[in-house]
Amino acid sequence: MKNKPFHIIYILCFILSSCSNETTDSYVPYSATPQPIDIPTLFEENIISPVIPTNNPQTVEGIALGKKLFFDPILSADNTQACASCHAPQNAFTDSTRFSIGIDGIAGNRNSMPLFNLAWNYDENFFWDGRVFSLEHQAIEPVTNPVEMHNTWEMVISRLQQSNEYPDLFQAAFGGVTITKELATKAMAQFERTLISANSKFDRFSLGQATLTTEEQNGLNVFMDETKGDCFHCHGNPNNPLWTDNIFHNNGLDATFTDLGLGEISGDPADNGKFKSPSLRNLAFTAPYMHDGRFNTLDEVINHYSEGLQDSPTIDPLMKKVDEGGVHLSPQDKSDLKAFLLSLSDPSFINNPDFQIP
Amino acid sequence: MKKIAALLTLITLAFSCSSDDDNQPNNVPQNVNATFNFSHNWDGISVTSTNFNTIQYINANGEEMSIEKLRHLISNVTFHKSNGETIVIDGYNLIDVTNDSGLVYAPDIDIPTGSYENVSFTFGFNNDDNYNNNYPDLNSASWNVPDMMGGGYHYMQLEGKFINDADVEIGYAYHTIRAVNLTNAPDLLFQDTFFIVDLGAVNVSNNISFNIEMNIAEWFKNPNQWNLNILNNMLMPNFDAQVMMYENGQNAFSLGSISQ
Ligand code: HEC
Ligand code: HEC
Repeated sequence: MKNKPFHIIYILCFILSSCSNETTDSYVPYSATPQPIDIPTLFEENIISPVIPTNNPQTVEGIALGKKLFFDPILSADNTQACASCHAPQNAFTDSTRFSIGIDGIAGNRNSMPLFNLAWNYDENFFWDGRVFSLEHQAIEPVTNPVEMHNTWEMVISRLQQSNEYPDLFQAAFGGVTITKELATKAMAQFERTLISANSKFDRFSLGQATLTTEEQNGLNVFMDETKGDCFHCHGNPNNPLWTDNIFHNNGLDATFTDLGLGEISGDPADNGKFKSPSLRNLAFTAPYMHDGRFNTLDEVINHYSEGLQDSPTIDPLMKKVDEGGVHLSPQDKSDLKAFLLSLSDPSFINNPDFQIP
Repeated sequence: MKKIAALLTLITLAFSCSSDDDNQPNNVPQNVNATFNFSHNWDGISVTSTNFNTIQYINANGEEMSIEKLRHLISNVTFHKSNGETIVIDGYNLIDVTNDSGLVYAPDIDIPTGSYENVSFTFGFNNDDNYNNNYPDLNSASWNVPDMMGGGYHYMQLEGKFINDADVEIGYAYHTIRAVNLTNAPDLLFQDTFFIVDLGAVNVSNNISFNIEMNIAEWFKNPNQWNLNILNNMLMPNFDAQVMMYENGQNAFSLGSISQ
C-alpha cells in the first residue's frame, strides 16, 4: 500500500515520455528569437526574479510587435489615440493631466499610471484598485473602455488583419496563426516588461557609483525614520529598489470616499479607500500625483503626509498622529525629503531610445 | 530524453529504496520530513485573516483592539539529541497571516527517526543571520530594518486599531526588531531580542508535523501590561519598548499538538 503512489508515478512517467517522443518527432513549433529580460544588477542582487508567464516568453519579434501596437492609434475607434497618448515615454509612461481624456473628449476619474518595472509586481494586480490580474489581461481593457479608446476588439483585429504590416509582424512573433486579441495583448505585455528603470542617481549611489548630497542623505533618513517620514514600510527601501510594496493602503487622503478603490473590487468595506502604493521612482516626470491626481507638486504630497492626514475607518495604522494631521516635519526635513525623492528619478529611462515612438 | 531517463532512474531508485525500508528492522533510523504549521489565537480563540479589521479583542490593559496585519519570522529550527548532537535547519520562514502565506513551513531536510530531547526554533533571526546576509525574498517583502538602525530585518509586524482613553479609534504598529539605542547615533547600542522557543521532547517515528500556536494576547500581557495609549507607534527606535516586547514574547508561542 505504502508504495502505491510510486507505481503510479512510474507508470505516468512512461506514458509521458512516450507522448513527448511522438510530439518531438512529428511537430516542431514555431519559435521566435528569445530575448530574456535584462535584469539590472541592483535588482538581481536584492530582490526576487521578475514574473514572466511561461506561456508568453519575451522574444525579439514579440517585443517589436508590442511596441508598435503600444504606439499605434489604430487601437482606438477613431484612430486618434494610442496607449502612448496616456502613457508617454517623457512622462515615465504616464501623462501630465489630472484625468486622462478618451477619444470622445470624456475624462476618466483616475490619474494615468506610470509604466516601469511591471514584471516585478509579483502579485500581478494591476490598476490603482488591482482589479485586473496580469499585464496580458490588463491590455484588453483600455481598447474597449468607453472613456478611453472606445473601440471593439473585433474592429481592432479586422484593421490589423487588413494592414500591410501587421500580419507579417504577428507571423514573426507567434508563428503562422491568425491575429487575435490574446496575441495582441501578449505582445504589448512583452513590450511593457522591457520598460525597466534602474539607473537613477540613487541606484548609482547604491552601486557605489555616485555620492548623495547632504540634503539627499538627510532626506533618506527622514524617509527611513519611523518617527519622521516612515515612508519605507510601504514604499520600499534601499534593499527593495522597486520603491513600492505594490500593496493596497489608505494613506489618509479623505475622510469619506467618492472612489472606493480596492473596496469596490473586493466588496469588503475594510478595503474602502485603499489604492495600490505607487513606486516613488521617476516622480520628477509623473506629476500630478495620487489615484485622482489631486496633488500637482511633491511639496503638496509631503505636506499631506506631514500635516494633511484625514481620518477614516480604513486609514492605515502606519499613519500616525492623524488627529494632528501627521507628524509635522520641519521645513528642512521636508525639503531634504523632496531632494531624496527626486534622486530616485531616472532620466536615462525616459530617454531610452528603445522606448521612443517607432 | 536524457532528462526523462534520469527521472526514471531516480524514481526507480526512490521506489526501490522505499521498499527496502519496509524490510528494515525498526531500530535503524530512517529519514523523514518535518512540517511546521503555524496558527494564531487570542487567548484561545482562533485568529485568521478572516477575523481581521474588526475591533473585537480586549488586551490585558483593557483596550479594545483589532488586527489588520500580522507577519512574523522564525528561523533555525533545531532538533536536539540527548547526546548533545543537533540538526539545525539552516533557514527561515516568514509567516504572513494577512495573506495566509507561510503558515505551513516544510523545510527540505531529512530528519532521522528517533527520540529528541528538544525541538526549538528562533523567533526572528540571531545576529549572524540577521546582519551577514541579504535575503531577496525578505527584501521584496519590505521586511528590512533601516540601515541607520543597524540594518537587518524585522522579527514581527503586528498592526491594527484600538480605542484609546479618549474613546477615539487610532492605529498601532507593534513592530519588533533587535533593540537599538540611537541616543548616540551613529554609535548604536544593541540588545538582543530574538529568542529561542522550545517545543520540548519528541519521539520521531514517521513524517511529523508540529502545530505551533502563537497567542497574540501574550504580547500585551506578561510581564509587561502593555498600554497602547502610550506605546502605539514609533516603537522601532524605542529601545525600552523593544526590550518589553522581547519579554512579553517569551510566552507567546506554544506547541499545540504533534501529528505523525
Ligand atoms: C485614455 C487614457 C489611457 C489610454 C488610452 C490607455 N491607458 Fe493605461 N491607464 C490609464 C489610466 C487612467 C490608468 C489607471 C486606471 C485605473 O486604475 O482605474 C491606466 C493604467 C494602466 C496600467 C496599470 C499599471 C499598473 O501599475 O497597475 C497599464 C499596464 C496600462 N494602463 C497599460 C495600457 C495599455 C497597454 C494601453 C493601450 C492598450 C493603455 N494603457 C491605454 C489611462 C490610459
Ligand atoms: C501606509 C502606506 C504608505 C506610507 C507609510 C506612505 N505612503 Fe505614499 N502612498 C501610499 C499609497 C497607497 C499611495 C496611493 C494613494 C492614492 O492614490 O490613493 C501613495 C502615494 C504616494 C505618492 C504619489 C505617487 C504617485 O505616483 O502618484 C507619493 C509621492 C508618496 N506616496 C510619497 C510618500 C512619502 C514621501 C511617504 C512618507 C512621508 C509616504 N508616501 C508614506 C502608501 C503609503
